[in-house]
Amino acid sequence: MDLVVFFIASVCAIASAIAVVAQKNPFVSALALLANLASLAALMLLLEAQFVAAAQIIVYAGAVMVMFLFVIAYVGPRGEIGPGARKPWLVALSVVAALLITVEIIVVVVGASLGEVASVDGDYGSPAAIGKALVTHYLLAFEVVSVILFMAAIAGVVFGAGGRPVRLSTDQVLAKEGESAVARRREASRAALEAARDSTTGESAR
Amino acid sequence: MSVGIPSFLIVSAILFTIGLIGVLLRRSPLTILLSLEVMLNSVNLTLVAFSRQVGGSDGQVFALVVMGIAAAEVVVGLGLVVAMTRRAMVLDTDELRTLNG
Repeated sequence: MDLVVFFIASVCAIASAIAVVAQKNPFVSALALLANLASLAALMLLLEAQFVAAAQIIVYAGAVMVMFLFVIAYVGPRGEIGPGARKPWLVALSVVAALLITVEIIVVVVGASLGEVASVDGDYGSPAAIGKALVTHYLLAFEVVSVILFMAAIAGVVFGAGGRPVRLSTDQVLAKEGESAVARRREASRAALEAARDSTTGESAR
Repeated sequence: MSVGIPSFLIVSAILFTIGLIGVLLRRSPLTILLSLEVMLNSVNLTLVAFSRQVGGSDGQVFALVVMGIAAAEVVVGLGLVVAMTRRAMVLDTDELRTLNG
């Protein structure tokens, strides 16, 4: 049973990770990352880390991904840049380097004898156990993370809200197109006005 | 537990590689951030797996701290993306070479 769940969850995780990397549309990438997070949470449940799996779903899928989707929606289609347009040797080099790292890790993991897996009781990985470790032994790390999150929130506001948005007004667009375009548009609008006035006076005369 | 710890480590190594390839090859900052998330999550899986191997809760606490730091990183990265959008810059990491010396 464990083996089946492990197989399904890991295949889902790898497939969705490939989708995250390969998709052109960042919206689809973000949704694939959601699937990736869910399968990783399943893998963590297999490792009896219930609290971390729940936090994974709540923090990542609940909070971080919503922020991601908001920003992707804000940016719109400008965020869609495909993976192409790299030099081929650069692509080959990156893939070879990354695969080398994987092969290295796999060789080390398979070659190393990790020994017996520790036996754990039912309390292992429960919120109580994690919370106790978090506020006793790891209290400093806990507080530092809260300070870092606070600083990151300030940085996000400063980056996101600082400065005025640059938006080309109609005048600037017209100036870019040149004098002739301005004259043409002015002429067109005048003609439209004339036509409208003619039709209304014609109707009232009738 | 019928599935060995090394299987989890190998899965997380593969996920890490996929994320790494994404960070190296993609040009959209949004996709780079998403690939970074894949990398961070694979490391989280490794931490939890080793925590299960040892039988302590230290690795899980570490994974939670990594989650918090990842959230902070995402906030700053997305703030930069929003700032780039508001300044009408091109969202392409190859085009952002003002600091290129």
